[in-house]
Amino acid sequence: MGILVGNHTRLIVQGITGREGGFHTQQMMEYGTQVVGGVTPGRGGETAFGVPVFNTMKEAVRETGANTSVVFVPAPFAADAILEAADSGVELVIAITEGIPVLDMVKVKKFVDERGVLLVGPNCPGVLTPGEAKVGIIPGTVATPGPVGIVSRSGTLTYEVAYELTLRGIGQSSIVGIGGDPIPGMNFIDVLRRFQEDPQTEVIVLIGEIGGTDEEQAAEFIREHVTKPVYAFIAGRTAPPGKRMGHAGAIISGGEGTAESKIRALEAVGAKVAAYPAQVAEFIEQDLK
Amino acid sequence: MKLHEYQSKRLFDTYGIPVPQGEVAETPEQAREIAARIGGPVVVKAQVLVGGRGKAGGVKLAKTPDEAEQRAKEILGMEIKGLPVKKVLVDPAADIREELYLGAVLDRAARRVALMASAAGGVDIEEVAATTPEKIVTVRVDPLVGLADYQARELAYGIGLRERATVRQFVGIARALYRVFVETDASLAEINPLAVVGSEHQLMALDGKIVLDDNALFRHSDLAEMRDESEETEAEREARLNGLSYVELEGNIGCMVNGAGLAMATMDVIKFFGGEPANFLDIGGGARAEKVAAAMRIILRDPNVRVVLINIFGGITRGDEVARGIVQALEEVKPSVPFVARIVGTNAEQAREILQAADMMTATTLAEAAQKAVELARA
Repeated sequence: MGILVGNHTRLIVQGITGREGGFHTQQMMEYGTQVVGGVTPGRGGETAFGVPVFNTMKEAVRETGANTSVVFVPAPFAADAILEAADSGVELVIAITEGIPVLDMVKVKKFVDERGVLLVGPNCPGVLTPGEAKVGIIPGTVATPGPVGIVSRSGTLTYEVAYELTLRGIGQSSIVGIGGDPIPGMNFIDVLRRFQEDPQTEVIVLIGEIGGTDEEQAAEFIREHVTKPVYAFIAGRTAPPGKRMGHAGAIISGGEGTAESKIRALEAVGAKVAAYPAQVAEFIEQDLK
Repeated sequence: MKLHEYQSKRLFDTYGIPVPQGEVAETPEQAREIAARIGGPVVVKAQVLVGGRGKAGGVKLAKTPDEAEQRAKEILGMEIKGLPVKKVLVDPAADIREELYLGAVLDRAARRVALMASAAGGVDIEEVAATTPEKIVTVRVDPLVGLADYQARELAYGIGLRERATVRQFVGIARALYRVFVETDASLAEINPLAVVGSEHQLMALDGKIVLDDNALFRHSDLAEMRDESEETEAEREARLNGLSYVELEGNIGCMVNGAGLAMATMDVIKFFGGEPANFLDIGGGARAEKVAAAMRIILRDPNVRVVLINIFGGITRGDEVARGIVQALEEVKPSVPFVARIVGTNAEQAREILQAADMMTATTLAEAAQKAVELARA
């Protein structure tokens, strides 16, 4: 059983009638995720991909008993969609949408925390528990069940590492993309804590990137609370300061947020930091033998 | 998106923050007219979107309109850190008694907006933060309450303000700055220096800097129009208009990647195998063929590029769409440099079929793709 999603997940897709929402609803269903409904305001009463569409999240939760939602709503409306989900009774909200204004996220973060609702993302690929369920856009083909828990700020880099592990016959317990925004819902520490407690997870992979100090704080947490081996990759060793590297959160500013600082902090607490993504899998393969 | 000093100060003005009543000139003659209208000493300030203007000679005092014209002539046409100066701000010179600092930033670790103040204004605040952090006072704002007066007072007394009138004025300015920050969706709003001027010890924002959150520009069309396109390179402009993240670098291996993390990792891997990336380019999620074609044109515009490495891991971006985009771009652009492509993930097999039909070199791992690209760049 995964740390966030799995066979128990009953999922509502917010934005199910949109292009990306629709495409990935099918992909999630094919993977085996229990999608129980969708929400698009104004489209209530319709059916999409064999499940009912509702006007509001509250109605969707009441009618389907959903416990999780995934947000594919366009950026201008996505913060509101997360608030609606957090107020609807679901326990977990996974926001895929990229481009939500950061000041909206300041409010959203406080709102979800006060309600005790877990938020993954935004600007993330979602969560996948191999062999059980995926919520989001992680291609199912990269993953296979096993002992490695992956937590990452980058979508495609997550696939890269999972794929390299899978090629070597090493599976994953849960793959969690926490997203590349300056203000994420769950952060590294929130996920590391769950991996440390999760009996299926034996090895942890942390994939970070330049910007902010979340990796440094994660290193502190590892020192105090994590006994399982941690492997890491930090993207952006060659990134120039002051330039935003795609993700809203990936920027070195005021000397803060460099790859060197994060690598140093992680190595200081015993994490093995790879020089290139595939090396994470090479390290784990060597050590598991 | 960065705003110029004059744009930032105009915004401050509309929120009631006292600023010098200067004007912008694009010619030395205009600078002279403005100085004559102001009557008295003025300061002529280069308007470019980089720091360190003063050190570069882009800020000069002038006692008369004649002198203002002369100073403007020197500054207009100067280059500061590679950017040509096209506008100068002509402000009345202030009788500065003290220089303070007041800034609003997003505190990522606290997940809140933070206001910072310091009695050590007029210098680079990052320098102050690094060498004498005790000189900076910070408060963090509850997003649902907003900046409370007591927090503004904590800043004022914390930096040593004592006169009641000055403290009261400071509180008003801090509240206004927080409003500017929130209502413009800024990621930085800074007054440096916030000067104590004249015998009355009035506070005045002598310089201003605002950086806006690009993700929020959709709801600020008035601010989006303030963009100074002359400060962008052609490639940066084309990238922005096509919704691509692009950063030009010094090397010769062009990179087209989906996902910011993977794009950075691709650069890092190229470097690891002895090559030099020519750019960072993230085509983002859900990229269509036209977007990919635009990405290709932007990369090939750089004359240093000797080989292009395409690294796509299909998630929200479907591999076959990317492959069709690449083929479409190749037909349009007819590049003379070789390409190495690696596409894995959603619809990857279709993608490989499409690329192989177009005679493209392919690779299965990132390391293999990077090594091939490094070899080709050397050949």
